[in-house]
Amino acid sequence: MHWEVVQKNMVYFLLGSYPHGPLGGLGLSVLLALGGIFLAFWIGILFGLMRLSKRWYVRFPSIIYIEIIRGTPLLLLIFWFYFLVPVIFKKPMPEIRTTLIAFSVFTGAYVAEIVRAGIQSIPKGQMEAARGTGLNYRQAMAYVIMPQALRNMIPSFVNQFVSLTKDTSLAYIIGVQELTRTATQVNNRTMNAPAEIFFTIAVIYFIICFGLTQTSRYLEKRLSYKTSGRMRQRDIVELKDNSEAS
Amino acid sequence: MNYEFNWMLVLTGEYRDWIIKGLIITLKISGLSIVLSMLLGTIITTLRMTRIKILEWITISYIEFFRNTPLLIQLFFWYFGSYVVLPEVINQWLYAHNYEFAVGVVSLTIYTSAFIAEEIRAGILSIPKEQMEASRATGLSFIQAMSYVVLPQAFRIVIPTLISQFLNLLKNSSLAMTIGVMELTYMARQIESYSFRGFEAFTVVTLLYIAISLIISLGINIYNKKFLRMIKY
Repeated sequence: MHWEVVQKNMVYFLLGSYPHGPLGGLGLSVLLALGGIFLAFWIGILFGLMRLSKRWYVRFPSIIYIEIIRGTPLLLLIFWFYFLVPVIFKKPMPEIRTTLIAFSVFTGAYVAEIVRAGIQSIPKGQMEAARGTGLNYRQAMAYVIMPQALRNMIPSFVNQFVSLTKDTSLAYIIGVQELTRTATQVNNRTMNAPAEIFFTIAVIYFIICFGLTQTSRYLEKRLSYKTSGRMRQRDIVELKDNSEAS
Repeated sequence: MNYEFNWMLVLTGEYRDWIIKGLIITLKISGLSIVLSMLLGTIITTLRMTRIKILEWITISYIEFFRNTPLLIQLFFWYFGSYVVLPEVINQWLYAHNYEFAVGVVSLTIYTSAFIAEEIRAGILSIPKEQMEASRATGLSFIQAMSYVVLPQAFRIVIPTLISQFLNLLKNSSLAMTIGVMELTYMARQIESYSFRGFEAFTVVTLLYIAISLIISLGINIYNKKFLRMIKY
């Protein structure tokens, strides 16, 4: 076992060649994941709302986008942006930006489905009541439906963020210096400790993703506890009403 | 944008054969992996349900560890590190045969089985506890009660989620190209570097992936509509 290889390169895994060069390693992975989820959030809200529209020419593009992206492997999507953007725009794009766009477009489709499910989980009466008080559709959405829906979506968002964090490892394929790339570089250079290196990298990813998963579980429990508490109260009231009626 | 499309290049001759070959390998690797990971996932869940503390602890760590690490890292770990982990005889045999394919199947199976174990557990938990208790009371052992009474019912419920796991697996199998399995994405990349016909190759391959996904999710919808509503708990 050659754990000293891992020990010697730990800083490189975590930061790349940062103080003397561009940021890499885990730092870049985390930045890519954060940037990706931020952009995906807005893309997801836009397309999630479009998908719920009553107008077919608004709904249709959104359905096509979501279905195509959800049916395509992320790796293929990265290749699409990597090889085809230079052809369209006539100049190459930095790899980091390419992967960031690919991640946002990919995760955006999944977030759109989360948004749709979240909005559909809000009782219809909320919308009707909000419209009844004189708000227009946009106001009702923004001030009544979305705040409630977004709260319910938080656990799913965190889960999506976990899978995006894992997916940032795919940026390796077009040469972005993130955690996986640094690992393969060190592995190619040293040649004698592949199991140790990749196990260490797996543990680093695990710490981050497991921490996030636990957060999501905690949030899910807390949020559902509150909601179910309210539900129980309503059920009791309904039961009372029924017993009184009979 | 002045790019001349040349669809015939990809749709005929050598390149078409490459794509078909890649498609077959993609289907093979994901088909084999889904069967194996379903078996492994069921075994893991059953072990977790035994209420033996140590087994429970091991299976939970297995599930959490493999769910929360990227598939790519797992692929690299088995690909580069298998000679440390596995005994010499198995390695020699693997090197002599299709090493990349085997590593791909192993990684995909282990990764997916962790997800499937969770799905099956959810299915088992949705079966009323009395089913287990009643079958134990009739004299069946835990394993018998699981395999004849609880699991058959649980599987009926989790089939749609298992199929969507298969869809994920199908897409994840594209990562096997990084270790040199010649599947669909690998072939697209290959055609791109041989002919500079990236557009055509990637379009055809993307459409193939989407077509498979759509056919399968159509299947789920039909299943949900026809069968799932008949099951009531």
